[in-house]
Amino acid sequence: MSDEIKHEWPLFEVFVRAKRGLNHVHVGSLRAADHEMALHHARDLYTRRNEGVSIWVVRSDDVVSSGPGDKDAFFAPSGDKAYRHPTYYAIPDSVPHI
Amino acid sequence: MNGEQVFEDTLAKDQRVEPRDWMPDGYRKTMIRQIAQHAHSEIIGMQPEGAWITRAPTLRRKAILLAKVQDEAGHGLYLYSAAETLGADRGDLTRRLIEGRQKYSSIFNYPTLTFADVGVIGWLVDGAAICNQVPLCRSSFGPYARAMIRICKEESFHQRQGYELLMTMMSGTAAQRAMVQDATDRWWWPSLMMFGPPDAESPNSAQSMAWKIKRHSNDELRQRFVDMSVPQAEALGVTLPDPALRWNADRGHHDFGEIDWAEFKKVIAGSGPMNQERLAHRRRADEDGAWVREAAAAHAAKRSGAQR
Amino acid sequence: MSFDDAYDALTDHDDDTRWAYGTGFADPLAGVPTAVPDGVDPADLVAYSLMLGDDALVMSHRLQQWVTRAPELEDEMAIANIGLDLLGQARLLLSRAGEVEGAGRGEDALAYLRDPAGFRNVRLAELAAEDFAHLVAHLLVFATWRLALLDRLSASRDPVLAAIGAKGVKEVTYHREYAAGWVVRLGDGTEVSHARMRAAAEAIEPLAGELFAPHEIELRLAAAGVAVDPATLRPEFDDVLTQVHQLATLPPPPARDAVTTSGASGRDGIHGPELAEILAEMQELARAIPGGAW
Repeated sequence: MSDEIKHEWPLFEVFVRAKRGLNHVHVGSLRAADHEMALHHARDLYTRRNEGVSIWVVRSDDVVSSGPGDKDAFFAPSGDKAYRHPTYYAIPDSVPHI
Repeated sequence: MNGEQVFEDTLAKDQRVEPRDWMPDGYRKTMIRQIAQHAHSEIIGMQPEGAWITRAPTLRRKAILLAKVQDEAGHGLYLYSAAETLGADRGDLTRRLIEGRQKYSSIFNYPTLTFADVGVIGWLVDGAAICNQVPLCRSSFGPYARAMIRICKEESFHQRQGYELLMTMMSGTAAQRAMVQDATDRWWWPSLMMFGPPDAESPNSAQSMAWKIKRHSNDELRQRFVDMSVPQAEALGVTLPDPALRWNADRGHHDFGEIDWAEFKKVIAGSGPMNQERLAHRRRADEDGAWVREAAAAHAAKRSGAQR
Repeated sequence: MSFDDAYDALTDHDDDTRWAYGTGFADPLAGVPTAVPDGVDPADLVAYSLMLGDDALVMSHRLQQWVTRAPELEDEMAIANIGLDLLGQARLLLSRAGEVEGAGRGEDALAYLRDPAGFRNVRLAELAAEDFAHLVAHLLVFATWRLALLDRLSASRDPVLAAIGAKGVKEVTYHREYAAGWVVRLGDGTEVSHARMRAAAEAIEPLAGELFAPHEIELRLAAAGVAVDPATLRPEFDDVLTQVHQLATLPPPPARDAVTTSGASGRDGIHGPELAEILAEMQELARAIPGGAW
C-alpha cells in the first residue's frame, strides 16, 4: 500500500543561532540517516546565506513537548503574575536609565 | 473553550494555527495537499532551469543559476518540512508525486528551449509565484507561513536575476533580442494560468479563504500580476503577446485577453508538452537513490546498535 | 511587511545582503597585492593558475550534471554547494591566469574559448560518475588531494594564490567530509552498497597516480615558493584514504608504485574523450552567439 510508505531516514528538528548573543531558534526539519548527516544537511539547507554561527539537530521523536491541551495548566498560572514584568512598576519619566 | 472554539477564535484573531492545535480534518487535509503541491512544484521546477546549468554561457550566470536551482531544492525542503508537522511523511508525499496522485504547478510542464527562458522564468514565473506567495506569508497555518517568509525573500533574488539577464540580453545581439521576445511569447500565458482557474470556477477557494489559508482570490492576484508586469515589459523593450492588453482608466487596471483554459486543463490533466518527462526524471532520481538511502539507514542502525 | 504590493513587501527589511545573491559578501581578494612575485616567470604562473582552475571547473561540471538526480533532496543541496564552491575557485584562478597573462582574456574567454588541448586539468577531474558510489569515490579522491594542496598553497609567496588557497581550505574541508561520510555509509551499509562502493573505489584508482606526478612547471614554481609539489601530498592523501577505507570496510587503497605518466598527462593538455564531451556541453551556447551579452 502506498499509504504505508515511510521515508527511509528519520526526521530531525533544526535549531540555528543566527549570531553570537542570540538563542538557537527552531528553523525547520529535515531527513537524515544519522546525526552527522543531519548537521551537514542543516548547514546546507538552513545556513547557505550566512544565517548562522551554530546549529543544533535533534531527532524529532526525541522532542517532548507540552500539548495544546496542557495549555491552561502549563501557562495560565503565570498569567496573573503581572509583577514579574517590568511594566508592572510605575517609574516617573524623569528617572533615567531604568 | 473546546478545540473547535479555540481554532475559530485563533482564526478570528488572525493568529496562527500551530501543528499540535486541534484543527478540522478538512483543514488538515487541505493544508497538507496545498503544501505538498507547492513543495512538489519547487522540486519539479528545478528541472526546466537545471537543464541549462551545464550550458550557461558565462561562469557568473552558471553560478547564479546553480545557486537558484539549489534554492528551489531548499524551498521544496522547507515546504515538505511544514507538511511533516501535520503528520504527513515525505516518503509518502514523494510517492504520491511520482505516481501522479498529487499535482504540481502546470507551468513546469513547458520546455525551456533557449537560455532566454531562464531569464523569463525568473521574471514572469517567479514573479507570478511571488504574487501568489507573499500573501501566503500570512497564511493561517504557522509552519507554512514561516516557510513562505523565507521562500519569498529568496524568490526576490530569483526574480531579479532573471530580469537582469533579460536586460543584458536585450543590450546584446539582434538574435539575443529575438530570443527574449520569443521566450516572453511562450511563457506569458502559462504565467497567467499559474494563478489558477477564474474565481467563478474555483470551488475550493471560498473554504480556503474562510480558513485564511488563502488571502486573495485567483483573479485578484492575476490582475495584480498583469498590472505589475506591463511596465516591466515596457522597460525591457518586449511586447506581451496579448493584443487585448490595454490600460482601463475606469477600472484603474489593465484589461487583458481571454486565457485558453482548455489548454490549462489539458496540461493539468497530464498532456502538457513535458508532463511525462518531468515525472519520469523525478521517479528515476528517487528509484536510483533508493539503494543509497537504504545503505545510509543500514549503516546508522549498525552504528547505533554497536554503541549500545 | 506590507502586503498590498508583493514587491514592496520584499524590500521591507533591512538585511538585504543576506538575501541578495552576490552582494554583501567579502571579496576574497580585496586588498591582496596582484604583482607577480620576484623570480617567477609569468607564463609559469599563468599555466599553474590554469591547472588548478581547470581542475575545479571540470570537477564542478561533473557535479552540476548531478543536479536534479541526487538520491535525496538534502544531497541536492550538498552537491550544488560543492559545485558552487569549486566554480568559485575556478573563477578566481582563471581570472588570475588572465590577469597575469595580460592578453585581455578573462575568466569567460578562458573557460569558453579554449579547446580540450588547452585545458590543464588532471584527467581524474573529467570522470563521469555512473552512480552515486562513483560520485562520492571521485569526490573523496579529488577533495582529499585538493585539500592537502590548497592547505600548502595558502603559504604561497604569491599572495593571490595564497588567498585562494586559504579560502579554498574552508570549502574543501567540507567537501572531503561529505564524501568521506558517504564512502563510509555505502561501504558499511548493505551488501549492495558495499559492492557498488568497492567497485567505484577500484575504478578511480588508476587515475589517482597522476595527482602526485609533478609537472615541470609545478616543480619550477615549487622551488620558487609559489606552487606545491604534488608529490609531497602523498603521505597525507594515503593516510586519509586508508582511514576512510577502513571505516568503510573496504580493502585499503593499493600501495601504488612510483607514479609514471607515460607522457599522457592532463597537465600537458592530453585528455580523455570525456573532456571533449564536457567542453562541447559547456561551451555550446557561448560559442553559438559570438559577441553575445549575458
